[in-house]
Amino acid sequence: MRYGDKTAVDGLSLAVATGTITAVLGPNGAGKTTTLETCEGYRRPQGGSVRVFGLDPIRDRRALMPRIGVMLQSGGAWSGARAEEMLHHLARLHAHPIDTGLLMERLALHECGRTPYRRLSGGQQQRLGLAMAIVGRPELVFVDEPTAGLDPQIRRSVWELLEELRTDGVTVVLTTHYLEEAERLADKVHILDRGRLVASGSPLELTRGGTVATIRLVVTQPFPAGAPESLAAALGPTTELTVLDDVSLQVSGPADQSTLATVSRWCEEQGVLPEALTLGQRNLEDVFLELTGREGSS
Amino acid sequence: MTTGTFRPAPGAAPLPRQILAQATMEARLLLRNGEQLLLAIVIPLIVLVGAVQAADRFGLSFDDPTVDVLTPGVLALAVMSTAFTSLAIATGFERRYGVLKRLGTAPLSRSALLAGKVAALLVVEVLQLGVLSVAGVVLGWSPDVAVLGLMAAVVLGTAAFAALGLLLAGTLRAEATLAAANLVYLLLLAGGAVVLPASAYGGLGDVVQWLPSGALGEAMRAACDGDLPVVELAVLAGWAVVGGAAAGRWFRWE
Repeated sequence: MRYGDKTAVDGLSLAVATGTITAVLGPNGAGKTTTLETCEGYRRPQGGSVRVFGLDPIRDRRALMPRIGVMLQSGGAWSGARAEEMLHHLARLHAHPIDTGLLMERLALHECGRTPYRRLSGGQQQRLGLAMAIVGRPELVFVDEPTAGLDPQIRRSVWELLEELRTDGVTVVLTTHYLEEAERLADKVHILDRGRLVASGSPLELTRGGTVATIRLVVTQPFPAGAPESLAAALGPTTELTVLDDVSLQVSGPADQSTLATVSRWCEEQGVLPEALTLGQRNLEDVFLELTGREGSS
Repeated sequence: MTTGTFRPAPGAAPLPRQILAQATMEARLLLRNGEQLLLAIVIPLIVLVGAVQAADRFGLSFDDPTVDVLTPGVLALAVMSTAFTSLAIATGFERRYGVLKRLGTAPLSRSALLAGKVAALLVVEVLQLGVLSVAGVVLGWSPDVAVLGLMAAVVLGTAAFAALGLLLAGTLRAEATLAAANLVYLLLLAGGAVVLPASAYGGLGDVVQWLPSGALGEAMRAACDGDLPVVELAVLAGWAVVGGAAAGRWFRWE
């Protein structure tokens, strides 16, 4: 997908299993929304193909649209329409809608049901957007940044709702730049960066990376010349050493005692004094940082 | 915990129910909007009362009693204000606020959306024509209505102006649509042979009667005088076809 001469999504190939939650994760401008909108039939791919339930989102829209629910990142309602009126309208376009009163209650919208859309808070507008996406009992919902800007309590209730959708057999595809959201919810995470898929897997697969552990070492004085190279040699080819700056480095390798022992022995040989030595499993944030080289927010 | 609340059961509502839902929603929003009501009822009322008074004062005279000439023109103005100006502005902001985008992934076909919009316009127009006709009668209007001709004029006039309104709303930004729709309305009100008959424009009358405004005005005047205005109705149908094709070609949903 290109906008002008800017390529937004390029050579992306991914598939989604039914009855799961898939998170499409990436920094701003990674192409998350473009990817979703191509699946929703809003955009025609310039190359390649998109199939949802085996249907072409543009050519077969009449057959596809009743089966999917879409939550837009913003907007999507008449500014003068009341919240309950808007949801009720969407419900009436479907054959077997979910009871709108129930949905309003579940999303804590029942108190602002008579408020016109333009006077709802950002969080209320967002939850109404989610309600509109699922009111028609879709098999598959696309939710674009479902919890951006929500307070923690409401964010958790949205998470619970998404999990309940999955339990009831609905497939959920969500975009997010919250790492903890992807880690908590998703069965499968696809990390996008600059329009390309950089990693895919379950949160566990992505963070484990086999049985890799990360050791981070910070020393009191700059490393002597050639010291990091000698550590790399001592650790052998199964580990990866990254010099972060002149007083800190990171070692990723097998999570066993010998790696740690080698590092401390090297400290003794080189006469460097560790100021901090941390050992840890990677979390999704580390993976994300490594892959995109950018800060995510969590 | 599973309650089965969200168990998938996808499906579109039957087409008539969708159209009804869309029409009710749009009519309700149109009637709730203060500016739209001003445009729909208040301005035509002021024009009717004002023009009848002014015609007497300035000695403007027609072949028929003034109120008999002006009331059908004001009815035409009311149709134009709703089908063109109100529709264009509302649709422009629907594009801006992502309403059309939102409805684009609801199981609502574009033709059902359009049918709902037109039905909503007709509901509003019936209310307008009711109020304005009563006002005309109060002022002494005694029409000889050709019902078929009147209905055809309202329907074809709505089709022609709605097509042009959608063309405007689908190609310009919301603010530009707002400005252009109001400007065109004012220009046609003054010089488009809506309220005043084409004959009142002298030589220009031969031109303005081919405008959708002139054709609608002339058609309403003829229908309220017991005639079936075949030529004017054909002109309106022509505008509807051309405008509809252009809107279909150039309308952008986002």
